[in-house]
Amino acid sequence: MEHIRMPKVENVWLVDRSSSRRTQVGTLYLTATHTIFVGKGSENRNELWVLHSLVCNVVKHKASQSGYPLLIHCKNFQVIQFIIPQESDCHDVYISLSRLSRPEKYEELYCFSFNPNADKAEREHSWDFLDMKAEYSRMGLPNKQWHVTPINREYRVCDTYPSDLFVPKSVTLPVIVGSSKFRSRGRFPTLSYYCKENHATICRSSQPLSGFSARCLEDEQMLQAIMKSNPGSRFMYVVDTRPKLNAMANRAAGKGYENEDNYCNIKFQFIGIENIHVMRNSLQKLIEVSALRSPTMREFLLGLENSDWLRHIKSIMEAGIFISKAVAEEGVSVLVHCSDGWDRTAQVCSVASVLLDPYYRTLKGLMVLIEKDWVSFGHKFSHRCGHLDGEDKEVSPVIDQFLECVWQFMDQFPCSFEYNEKFLISIHNHVYSCHYGNFICNSQKERKDLCIKEKTHSIWPHLWENKLDFMNPLYKPDQSQNQRLLRPSTAPFCFKYWRRLYNRFDRELHPRQSELDCLMTIKEETQQLEEELAVYEQKLAVLGKERAKTLYMQKGLLDGKQQTLWSLPLDASLVNTPQDYIGGFIGAAPNVFTLQQGERESAEISLLGDKPKCSDADNSDQESGVADFSSHSSGEESLPSEDSVKDPDSDETGPNKA
Amino acid sequence: MELSEHIKTANVEDVTLRRPFHPALRGTLCVTSHHLLFSDRKDEDSWQLLILLRNIDATEKRAVGSSGTITIKCKDLLVLQLEIPGMEECLNIASSIEALSALESVTEMYPFFYRPSHLTLHGPWGLSSTEKYYKQTERLWDRWRVSTVNSDYSVCPSYPHAVIVPREVDDEKLVQSARFRQGGRFPVLSYCHHRNGMVIMRSSQPLTGANRKRCKEDELLLQAVIDGSLLGYIIDLRSTQQAQQARMTGGGFESKSCYSHWKRIHRHHERGKVLQESLIKLVEACSDPSHSVDRWLSKLENSKWLSHVHSALSTAGLVVECVERDGHSVLVHGSEGTDSTLLVSSLAQLILDPASRTLTGFLGLLERDWIQAGHPFQQRCAHSAYSHARLKQECPSFLLLLDCVWQVWRQFPLALEFSEALLLRLAQEVYASNYGTFLCNNEQERCAAGVKENTHCLFQSLLSPDIEEQYLNPLYEPTDLAIWPSVHPQSLQLWTGLFLRWTEYAQNMEEAREEVWSIVKEHRERAGPDRTNNTPSTHCDTLTPFENLMDELTIL
Repeated sequence: MEHIRMPKVENVWLVDRSSSRRTQVGTLYLTATHTIFVGKGSENRNELWVLHSLVCNVVKHKASQSGYPLLIHCKNFQVIQFIIPQESDCHDVYISLSRLSRPEKYEELYCFSFNPNADKAEREHSWDFLDMKAEYSRMGLPNKQWHVTPINREYRVCDTYPSDLFVPKSVTLPVIVGSSKFRSRGRFPTLSYYCKENHATICRSSQPLSGFSARCLEDEQMLQAIMKSNPGSRFMYVVDTRPKLNAMANRAAGKGYENEDNYCNIKFQFIGIENIHVMRNSLQKLIEVSALRSPTMREFLLGLENSDWLRHIKSIMEAGIFISKAVAEEGVSVLVHCSDGWDRTAQVCSVASVLLDPYYRTLKGLMVLIEKDWVSFGHKFSHRCGHLDGEDKEVSPVIDQFLECVWQFMDQFPCSFEYNEKFLISIHNHVYSCHYGNFICNSQKERKDLCIKEKTHSIWPHLWENKLDFMNPLYKPDQSQNQRLLRPSTAPFCFKYWRRLYNRFDRELHPRQSELDCLMTIKEETQQLEEELAVYEQKLAVLGKERAKTLYMQKGLLDGKQQTLWSLPLDASLVNTPQDYIGGFIGAAPNVFTLQQGERESAEISLLGDKPKCSDADNSDQESGVADFSSHSSGEESLPSEDSVKDPDSDETGPNKA
Repeated sequence: MELSEHIKTANVEDVTLRRPFHPALRGTLCVTSHHLLFSDRKDEDSWQLLILLRNIDATEKRAVGSSGTITIKCKDLLVLQLEIPGMEECLNIASSIEALSALESVTEMYPFFYRPSHLTLHGPWGLSSTEKYYKQTERLWDRWRVSTVNSDYSVCPSYPHAVIVPREVDDEKLVQSARFRQGGRFPVLSYCHHRNGMVIMRSSQPLTGANRKRCKEDELLLQAVIDGSLLGYIIDLRSTQQAQQARMTGGGFESKSCYSHWKRIHRHHERGKVLQESLIKLVEACSDPSHSVDRWLSKLENSKWLSHVHSALSTAGLVVECVERDGHSVLVHGSEGTDSTLLVSSLAQLILDPASRTLTGFLGLLERDWIQAGHPFQQRCAHSAYSHARLKQECPSFLLLLDCVWQVWRQFPLALEFSEALLLRLAQEVYASNYGTFLCNNEQERCAAGVKENTHCLFQSLLSPDIEEQYLNPLYEPTDLAIWPSVHPQSLQLWTGLFLRWTEYAQNMEEAREEVWSIVKEHRERAGPDRTNNTPSTHCDTLTPFENLMDELTIL
């Protein structure tokens, strides 16, 4: 609290960047966890909540006529512009926010103060939602070839690895220790994915400390053991996900890559995925493109090209495809590493897993995969997401790229994924929000030391509760295109710009009607009707005599239902929203284009995002930590407020009834 | 010369056919006056591919030893390869294809020979017309009338026999106005907005010329259009500069002093050759999957196709803004008034008018605003993206319209009654068809050729109950509101269904579409009988460009 210089500022303007007509005035509050803007006007209560942890940076702009602009860029790509009447207020808010958004200690993060209405038992239970042991046994482990080694129980061999690790049974403890000494940060080769059908595995590690000529017998034995644990193949791939040049440069620092001559039966392969700094810059350029206000098609496409973002996505995807094919089609095991084995390696292993195993294309499967390949294997969330004030050079959109790869796959295989893109966006949001403890810290050990499980809540059960929002109605688990191995195309035109993520808060850019929501409603209704039918059939059996009557009722009921359920929970008033087709022309000739009063009001009401009117038009605002005041003050249900479960009755009050 | 004289080799055995995503097939190739027929001649379950020769845009020959390969590039963007044993046969086939795919005479074209058993020739032709539209639109009756001043096509050769004009303007004035407009395309009504009675008019440019000629009757006509209200908008589909330059060649624009109640807005639209080249570049970019992402994006940008989509939708949005939000009538024209004018006015109607978003309504709109309004289909669609022939009058205006409609559908997936399949079918039919609907350049030519008497109507056949369903949107939910599309570049996408039609990508989308249908069907079964329950015929071989009905073949 000591960082808040100015808890409340009156008469602040919230500028809607897409249309100056929608700017509104209100009060700005700074709390320990949120920036809150409350719009004036009693009827149309409108609030904006922004978590401090989501704030990426705060910028003061040159004073304008109406006051002092303050621009807030969020990590979930929301951009908020306030105009504050007094310079001193603006400065105070700026200083406070700059400090609040860059916490120095973990304890300042929101997850430590976030306290939903859940008791201790529930919280502990929430951490048991995903069970890694169960996941490995789903894969078929332990088995004759692979077992858990106790060697890292106390994180002594490798402090960034999880405590439980699978290694070949034939490998002895000294071999593991020896191998770990020969690998950057002790990240020795260990199992990431096991393919039951043909015993091929994906293993992961960091780079070997080979320098120009160093060897390590134990490391060579380790790889040999991994190769041999797959009796079906005579060799294994070692995939270095770095560009060759980078890997060679590392040799000068005593690191490097495996020499094919020293290791028996390995095939060595470079896959050039650029490093975190290149990716950070690329994303920065992409964000700049996505934030352009009415660019021309040329500016947009050239900007997209120039950002190189899709090229990087493609390179990660290609690495994943290579590995998934090696495992599924050739039956060959693969060892993947980059430099430290926690960025590109995590990306590539998890991308390959999604392609290989349909389980990871289910809701729970993706949670498990992230928990396994990212959280437990020590992806440095705190550094990469910039949770704490510190080195900006460590920040990089590594897991973002994984999520985007999955999105690109979903685009190519619309029937193969149980979840929809809202699920990915939600995960993306929470990776940055620090709302839950899952993505705090840089390793399992750190989380244990911080007692994350005791002090914070887990995101997964929360997402699971709202799974109806995240379901893909087109999902067909038994479908032909959903063979075990997905074979995505890497033709350049298959790579799309992910508008839903990068322009998430620019409502006017998105389709006004949602095919998925509509299908989901239809599916739910079908199910409901089926259940009702079953009930009636039961009754029929019992009340044989009154048969005719029952049938009559049933029909009446169905007909009544149809009306309400087919009309969708859409913000139909948005349908009627003119776009800016002429750029400023209207403003220039105001007496020509006078809106009729009624129309203008209705337009504004719908555009100001009034949640009370169209209850499930869009949950995304809430997801950002922007929540409804009422639900917060009523306290208990304020639990992440996002993704509030749909209330089917609310449809009837929706504006499209009007 | 008889068509059959072009055929030196009618049959070749042992031909190998290669097509995307299918194993190569061996079989017999057969050339007829209008078709290329490949049959794999297996006893049971024989598979046939029937391609309308008109659909072939370009062929490439290559000799491999004693045999030859012909690559066939179709106007619907399919690319096939035929390996033909025997160089002579190969050359004969290629030259037959070249001659027969580019027939000039309309009455020699296939629609004049297409006689399927389930259709009869002497039924009603078409869905909509000026008169029908007038009859349906009560709002018009008071102030507007149907004029038959053009009944012999002498006032404007490219207009239909009947047009809707203000009641107070008599035919003599129309004749005068027509003389003052390029090609005689005087301002006529295209659409009357159901909410406020405002109208969308279209015409060609006025022939003011360098010395600023005036035409009293033209001015009166436009004055009568806005009748009392203070203001109308002229959306000129050329840049100010282009409009100025047009005066040097006898064209021009409506000056403020002469049309005081009309405000002119200029919006630049590309037309003709530029659009055609844009299509060619886009298709070229789509045909090479080995490009890097960067190269693809720069080629996509360089083709400018999406920019054209962007400007068409923006200008249509502008028209809608004038009509719906601000309550003013609009006159749309470019120079000739046969391309972008029609594009913008029909898109605006789709956005404004719920009636034009139904299957019948949309086809009716196309019929009135494109076919009867004199879009020169024969000239514009003579060639598609693969042809190396020198460009003459080719221009994919209609394809651009379909793309824009697709973009609207992407943004409002529930608002249109018809499906993407309809747009794809139209994109194909407009270049090569069994039906007479898109033949000729205007009504006058169609009358002279006897199109109505001697061919079948595509639109009517699309509505026949057994195939209609595949052209319906299962999620259709009518809305009375205007559907304003977003025109931000982030919101516009490449129409993968068309441009990547023959790739794996499109195949997965097809599967998704089927799944949508099955979800909806299941629901309808449960929810009761008030929704139709036909099974869709989506399983027909997607490769067969047209209904594969063997009995329709006129084999020589």
